[in-house]
Amino acid sequence: MAGMSIIVRTITRLLFPFMFLLGAYIVVHGHLTPGGGFPGGVIIAASFVMLILAYGTERVRKQVVFTRAEVLESIGGLTIGVLGLLGIIVGVAFLQNVFPLGDFGRLFSGGNLPLLYLGVGVKVTAGILLIFYAMLFGFGGEEE
Amino acid sequence: MINFNYVVAMLLITLGLYCLLLKRNLIKLIIGLSVLTDGVHLFLISMGYRAGGIAPIVTDDMTLGSFSTQAVDPIPQALVLTSIVINVCILALALSLSIYIYRHYGTLKLSEVRRLKE
Amino acid sequence: MGKVQRILSLGMVVIVGVLLISAVSLTMPDFGSFPRRQIGENVESAIGQQILENAPEQTGAANVVTSVVWGYRGYDTLGEATVLFTAVVGVVMVFRAVGRPE
Repeated sequence: MAGMSIIVRTITRLLFPFMFLLGAYIVVHGHLTPGGGFPGGVIIAASFVMLILAYGTERVRKQVVFTRAEVLESIGGLTIGVLGLLGIIVGVAFLQNVFPLGDFGRLFSGGNLPLLYLGVGVKVTAGILLIFYAMLFGFGGEEE
Repeated sequence: MINFNYVVAMLLITLGLYCLLLKRNLIKLIIGLSVLTDGVHLFLISMGYRAGGIAPIVTDDMTLGSFSTQAVDPIPQALVLTSIVINVCILALALSLSIYIYRHYGTLKLSEVRRLKE
Repeated sequence: MGKVQRILSLGMVVIVGVLLISAVSLTMPDFGSFPRRQIGENVESAIGQQILENAPEQTGAANVVTSVVWGYRGYDTLGEATVLFTAVVGVVMVFRAVGRPE
């Protein structure tokens, strides 16, 4: 799949950091504004997909490593499991809050809710990127 | 009594059902399934509306007492959030399986896929 | 599909559509009556009202939908994360089998 023209490549290169920042903002402020881990993770994955589409698959093929995305997704899933098991180790129920609650309405509030959303955001980003990699680069039999 | 939200949700369900029953192409069936699910989501969220209500997020200029008499229902929104993510996963698997069918049979029409058994 | 079967299916879809729209317009409670749930003569208030009153103090988060998703309904979100993982594994497996025709 060939890349796009030079106008599209320049605009994509300028736009990529802002899109990444928007996705990270939606993930981190999940307990104060609407959104959370799931839409924020999709926006971050979409920013990477925009880069791959603008530059074409031949130039990107060397930098696409399947195992990097797989390891990131497993780290995100394991974060949720570990935060749940922390509740059992302390002595109360699974996934119950063991962190201090903090001030209402500030960034460091809500117990373990922001940490759980961070884990889900990383997991959703890596999952959607992995689906995209498999659909583009798993087709070994098309150049024959 | 005839409300706009509910009627449009039922129309979406009917259109999705029409696509699922009467079309033969595999991609059109998948699109019909997605439209059906969107109609169900709209119906669920419309059931939790309070007349003149605000979003269920506590901002700076309201007290906690008046917030609970003004906000809309938060439970259908949480359940529909989960359902949208599951819909995306179903769509990804269905589309990848239809690419596999196209590689194997050479066609996407369901009537021919059922007959050639190799 | 023969022509008779297509006309029968179209008729069934139209009947189901008419039934659904008439059921929604005639038997549903009014649009916008959130905490009021009426079954027969038993009038009570929905459980969303109790969650709206207790959630900001119990969980400490300003977003009540977040506290419902992780605080009161955490197992559902855990199951959804598992479904996401399963779908990604399934897609990668299908495309490894597709790209290996030799």
